[in-house]
Amino acid sequence: MIQVNNLIKKYKEITAVDDISFEVKKGDIFAFLGPNGAGKTTTIKMLTTLLSPTGGQILVNGHDPKTEQDAVRHSFGIVFQDQSLDDELTAWENMEFHGVLYRVPKAIRRQRIEELLKIVELWDRKDDLVKHFSGGMKRRLEIARGLIHHPLILFLDEPTLGLDPQTRNHIWSHIKNLNEKESITVFFTTHYIEEAERVANQVAIIDHGKIITQGTPQELKTKTGKASLEDAFLALTGNIIRTQEPDGMEMMRLNRRQWHK
Amino acid sequence: MSIIYILWLRQLKRYWRSRSRLLGSLGQPLLFLVAMGFGFGPIYQKAGEGNYIQFLGPGIIAMGIIFTAIFSGIELIWDRQFGFLKETLVAPVSRFQIMIGRTLGGATVAALQGILVFFIALVVGFRPVSLALMPLALVFVILISMVFTALGTLLATKLSDMHAFPIIMNFLIMPIFFLSGALFPLKGFPAPVLALMKLNPLLYGVDGLRGALVSGAHLGLLTDFAVLSIVSLVFIAIGSYFFSKVEI
Repeated sequence: MIQVNNLIKKYKEITAVDDISFEVKKGDIFAFLGPNGAGKTTTIKMLTTLLSPTGGQILVNGHDPKTEQDAVRHSFGIVFQDQSLDDELTAWENMEFHGVLYRVPKAIRRQRIEELLKIVELWDRKDDLVKHFSGGMKRRLEIARGLIHHPLILFLDEPTLGLDPQTRNHIWSHIKNLNEKESITVFFTTHYIEEAERVANQVAIIDHGKIITQGTPQELKTKTGKASLEDAFLALTGNIIRTQEPDGMEMMRLNRRQWHK
Repeated sequence: MSIIYILWLRQLKRYWRSRSRLLGSLGQPLLFLVAMGFGFGPIYQKAGEGNYIQFLGPGIIAMGIIFTAIFSGIELIWDRQFGFLKETLVAPVSRFQIMIGRTLGGATVAALQGILVFFIALVVGFRPVSLALMPLALVFVILISMVFTALGTLLATKLSDMHAFPIIMNFLIMPIFFLSGALFPLKGFPAPVLALMKLNPLLYGVDGLRGALVSGAHLGLLTDFAVLSIVSLVFIAIGSYFFSKVEI
C-alpha cells in the first residue's frame, strides 16, 4: 500500500530524512516510532504530498505523491500533529467542511459526524466556536474530523498526544474497528510506545533520519532481548534526549531570521 | 460545485463573525469621502468640472473594494500560520477549485463592502444618475472584487508570514489606488504616466464603475469589462498554479 525506496529530504544543511526504505502492506497497522527530531513528520509530509522529496521514490496506493498528487490525495486521510482546525468555525462546521471536501454523501456525512463527535465527547459542544476549546478538545476534534471519510490509508501523526487514557482507548478501538471492517491501512507515529505495542502489527524505528530496525513488535523484543517494546525502543535509540527538528513553522522563522540579518 | 460552495461559505462566515473588522474598514472610505469630497469640492467646481462628490463617489467605492479584496486574499497567510491551510491542501480537490472557492468567497466579502461604501456615499451626497444602470455598476463591483481578491491570494501563496504586508501596502495597494483615476481625472496626467497607468487593472475598474454610476467612461465600458474579466481569469490561473507549488 505504501512503498518507500531510498527516500531523502534535505534542508539546506540538515538532512531530515536520510535514505530510508520501508513497505506498508494493505491492512497493516504500522507504527513509525522515533525520538523527537528523528524525521517522522517530515516523512509523513512527503507521503501526503505536502513536501517534495530531495531524492528516492514513494508509491502511495501505487501512485507517486510528486507527480500524481491527485490520485495520492484520493487515497489517504490524515490527522496532523499540530493544529489544522479553523478557529473561527464551530466544531460541527469544521467537520462539515471536511466531509464536503472529501465528497462524503450528505446522509453518511451527517451520521458519521454525529457518531464521531459522540465518541470524542464533543457532541454537546458542536455549535461552539473552536477558538473557545481547550487544547485537548481541539485534539479530539482533530481526530474525529480525520475519520469522517474512510480512506484506503489513514495517517495519524501523534494522534493521541495529550489525551487521557479513556479517550485514547475509545479512539483506538474505533480505529481498529475501521481497520478490521474496511481493511483501512493505518500508518501512525506516537511517543506512547505501549500504545504501539498494543495496536500495531508492524513497527519501524527511525532515528537521526535513518531507519534502525523494523518488524513485528515481537520480533523487535526478541531481537533486543527485552520484555516490552518500550525497553526495546530505548535499547535501540539510546537514552540521550533529542532536540526537536525544525518543523515547517520553525523553518519559516529560521528563514526569516536569516533574512533579517 | 459543493466544494467551491463550502470554501465560499467559510469565508463568508468568517467575515460575518468579525463584524468589528467590517465596520472598521468603512472608516477609511468615509474619511476620504468627507475630507477629499468637501475639501476639494469647491476647487473642482471653480475649475469648471462640476460636482466633485459625483466624480469621487465611484473612486471611493473602488477603494473600499480593493482594500478589502486584497486583504481577504492575503488572509491565506493566517491559514498557513494557524495550520488550517494543510487541511485544504491534502484534500483530494483540484488546486483550481481551491483558488476559485477562495477567490469567490473573498470577492463576495469585498463586493458587500463596496455596496456598503455606496450607501455611505449616498449619505455624503453622491447620486447615481440612472437606476437602470445599477445592475451594470454591480457587475463592475464584482469584477473589481474578483481581480483584487485573486491578486491578494496569489501573492499570499508566495509569502510565509505577514512581514511583507507593509511592503505590499506601500508598493502595491497605494500605487494601484492613487494611480487609478479614483481621485483625479485622467486628463491631467502626462502621457508617459498615463501609459503606465493603463497597466493598472483598477483604472478600468474605476472607469467602468464611473461609467455605470454617473456616465462618462473614459475608456469605454466594453473595454473596461473585457480588461477586468481577462485579468481576473489570468490571476485565477496564476493563483491555481502557485497553489499547486505550495509546500508546508
